[in-house]
Amino acid sequence: MSAELARSKVSGAKRDFAPWNDPNARPLVRFDDVSKRFGAFTAVDHVTVDIHAGEFFALLGPSGCGKTTLLRMLAGFETPSEGRVLLGGEDLSDVPPYRRPVNMMFQSYALFPHLTVAGNIAFGPKQDGVPGGEIETRVAEMLSLVRLEGLERRKPHQLSGGQRQRVALARALVKRPKVLLLDEPLAALDRQLRENTRFELMHLQAKLGLTFIIVTHDREEAMTLASRVAVMDHGRIMQVATPSEIYEQPRSRFVAEFIGDVNLIEGTLAAIEPGRASLDSAAGRLAAAEPGDAKTGQQVWLAVRPEKVLISSGRPDHAANCVGGRVVDVGYLGDVSTYHVRLGSGLMMKATAANLTRMIERPIGPDDEVWLSWPPEAAIVLTR
Amino acid sequence: MMRRFSWFNLTSVVLGLAFLYLPIAILVIYSFNGSRLVTVWGGWSLRWYAALFADHAMLQAAFTSLGIAVVSASAATVLGTLAAVALVRFGRFPGVVLFSGLTYAPLVMPEVITGLSLLLLFVALDWDRGFWTVTIAHTTLTMCFVTVVVQSRLVTFDRSLEEAAMDLGCPPLKTFLTITLPLIWPAVAAGWMLAFALSLDDLVIASFTTGPGATTLPIRIYSQVRLGVTPEINAICTLLIAGVTLGVIATSLLAKRSQMKQEGLVAIGAVR
Amino acid sequence: MQQGVPSSRSWARSLVVLIPYLWLAAFFLIPFLIVLKISLSQPAVAQPPYAPTFDLTAGWAGFKEFVTNLSVDNYLSLTADRLYLSSYLKSLQVAAVSTLLLLLIGYALAYGMARAPKRIQPILLMLVVLPFWTSFLIRVYAWINILQRDGLLNQVLMALHLVDEPPAWLATDTAIHIGIVYSYLPFMVLPIYAALEKMDDTLLEAAADLGCPPWKTFWLVTVPLSRPGVFAGLLLCFIPIVGEFVIPDLLGGSETLMIGQTLWMEFFTNRDWPLASAVAVVLLLILVVPIVTYQHIERRRLEAGS
Repeated sequence: MSAELARSKVSGAKRDFAPWNDPNARPLVRFDDVSKRFGAFTAVDHVTVDIHAGEFFALLGPSGCGKTTLLRMLAGFETPSEGRVLLGGEDLSDVPPYRRPVNMMFQSYALFPHLTVAGNIAFGPKQDGVPGGEIETRVAEMLSLVRLEGLERRKPHQLSGGQRQRVALARALVKRPKVLLLDEPLAALDRQLRENTRFELMHLQAKLGLTFIIVTHDREEAMTLASRVAVMDHGRIMQVATPSEIYEQPRSRFVAEFIGDVNLIEGTLAAIEPGRASLDSAAGRLAAAEPGDAKTGQQVWLAVRPEKVLISSGRPDHAANCVGGRVVDVGYLGDVSTYHVRLGSGLMMKATAANLTRMIERPIGPDDEVWLSWPPEAAIVLTR
Repeated sequence: MMRRFSWFNLTSVVLGLAFLYLPIAILVIYSFNGSRLVTVWGGWSLRWYAALFADHAMLQAAFTSLGIAVVSASAATVLGTLAAVALVRFGRFPGVVLFSGLTYAPLVMPEVITGLSLLLLFVALDWDRGFWTVTIAHTTLTMCFVTVVVQSRLVTFDRSLEEAAMDLGCPPLKTFLTITLPLIWPAVAAGWMLAFALSLDDLVIASFTTGPGATTLPIRIYSQVRLGVTPEINAICTLLIAGVTLGVIATSLLAKRSQMKQEGLVAIGAVR
Repeated sequence: MQQGVPSSRSWARSLVVLIPYLWLAAFFLIPFLIVLKISLSQPAVAQPPYAPTFDLTAGWAGFKEFVTNLSVDNYLSLTADRLYLSSYLKSLQVAAVSTLLLLLIGYALAYGMARAPKRIQPILLMLVVLPFWTSFLIRVYAWINILQRDGLLNQVLMALHLVDEPPAWLATDTAIHIGIVYSYLPFMVLPIYAALEKMDDTLLEAAADLGCPPWKTFWLVTVPLSRPGVFAGLLLCFIPIVGEFVIPDLLGGSETLMIGQTLWMEFFTNRDWPLASAVAVVLLLILVVPIVTYQHIERRRLEAGS
């Protein structure tokens, strides 16, 4: 099965899945105004977010943004300085980690070196007093689920990185937790393995019908895996939305820049008309989509993604946004080329174009005079 | 980069080791000396070993010492491990400064001071001095050595293993017993051996805290040495050295096997 | 680790801390207080051989009488007789000289070990530690074998015709230094080796790359980075050597005694417990600064590690 087909099969099933839009839906996990301080350092700053059953939820952000701390508070390894963590409506404040129906897959896998693969997976059920026979069945079930049959008697040091990752996954899933937490699960894998494992994770989550919460700094990972993404920075949640919403409708410059390449042009909001906004900038008057709650005269930023910017040698005739500049650099990536253009006003902009032909010499090169244009709907107005 | 093991380095290592081992080698060789005098080599003989086994007082002292060493080493290992866990895992608790002070002080305290103070304690409590007072004294002295050894292992122990166990439903005490302890046992065993050797070896504290009927081996050897050097001492010293050496080698071989497996794990790349 | 945990967990945690804490308080801390108290008492021909004794049943009046009977006579005796002052000074001097020798020899040995091929380092480590596991008394005794008048050293010297008469090695300060250096070598080597072994080799490469010749690299890079190990080793040796008893007793002469011997003599030979206690208290006061420094270093190392 090809990767694209797999992805569409899974996301197709989820096309109508959006419990966060349903006002009557009760979230499975709720962080209620949670803060965590370590001495003078605030790791998590008044975070409130709901996660619904069946979601594949991603906490995305740079190192030190507090995403792992948030995850660990749900697992029970950190206690909130303020606020509550609720699971199924129940306050987890007094519940120690070994009594929470939550399981975690650690970044370093944390496999017990002195136990076999079977021993590692059986560890969880053993703590619950599950009888031996049933444990064996469940372990076998898990091993076939992650496709590691035959490796029961091996010890962790006898396994490859990918195999150990699957043991860690099996160990965390065998107790059918209400929520599975994954702490940078793909960080230690090489690129190819990472892509394959991503689809396996998505399949697993859909098949078992569990709720997954993943922590990652890799935006590609978050975008492909998650049903919703929460972007975090310095302990705060900047935005929670589906991947496409986050990408096309970021609500701040930080989110816009973190989730992908973006051109930001500073200006003042000049006029608001139905369906479009105009702003004055160093590059002239530009048009963007509806500005939301911005007021005229306010300092704003126009954000447009490079793939939506058209680059041409001749000036386009009827373009709402059209700026001229000189190509400073061309980044050739095989499938696309990224053009770095310095505008007349001194601003730098990026435009990405797919390489649709097989020409070796591209028509547009460094030092060429070019025109960049984009339709108003392709750009949005950001107020912060 | 290849470590440049220069001639200077090689010389200093060889000389250093020779300095350490020469007296011991001489001691061992002379325990087989047929003649009583150091100046005369009387051929290879086991007569001093025979004399040793006929010397009841010496054997009694040896058994007493072994008994004290086993009991105090075991108690010291338990207490020292608890102290190490407290210091490493519990970070700042009220009284931690005094606690760590109490734990490290015996390491450097001159033994005459420790011995004197303990004896005065026992006198004040009006306890009969003997086997148990020496054992208590040795436990107190050696537990801090166990703490240092176990603590340095605990500091490098991968906490995520304990977190994983708790995440899977294992309460903290059970986690310590089923996960942590089995993985740090070489350090705990090294601590026990260290405590054992220190107890077996101690002269000063035992002299202060012992009583009639509980003469330890070092006390006996010491009193004999003051009277003059006899090869019987060489014999028992050789036996002690052989016993301790075998013990140390055995433990480190066992530890090495289990550590190599774990080291391999680290090398494969548990990414942090 | 965590705040606001359920009471059963903090109960277990308290126990882990309390058990060793109470033991050490009872058998390490309190005895010191008793030593202090005894040092303020008088010797008596009684069992126990000191007065006044602290009688808990005598109530407040008994306590008041007890306090008035305390005296600093013992401390005055210490200052009056030159014997004690010279004993303290000698101990400090021997400790200083020995520690210096230990530093030189120990550093050379540790450095050699750290530079050895990785494969044989564990073996070297075991070889250095092994004598430590064998009896301290035995090893000192081994030196008697060698250093006595008709011992091995003189036999060799005579055979090589380096001397005409076998010199007396025992009962000299030289013998004490040899014995101390021999016994305490692992205590100096191990911390320095641990510090050197942890050092990143690429630092040396960087220094060479920037134009530093090997000897200079040693002084500017290696030595400063091994400082924590050196300090630990210095303190681990110096402090107990000051109070050493066995080595000077077996190998040294009787002109000036080290303070450990003085204390022993006062206690066992003269049966003057209060005076011995005063000697111990003063010794402790002298060593307090190094001891606290050592604990401070260790705690910082522990915190840095975890």
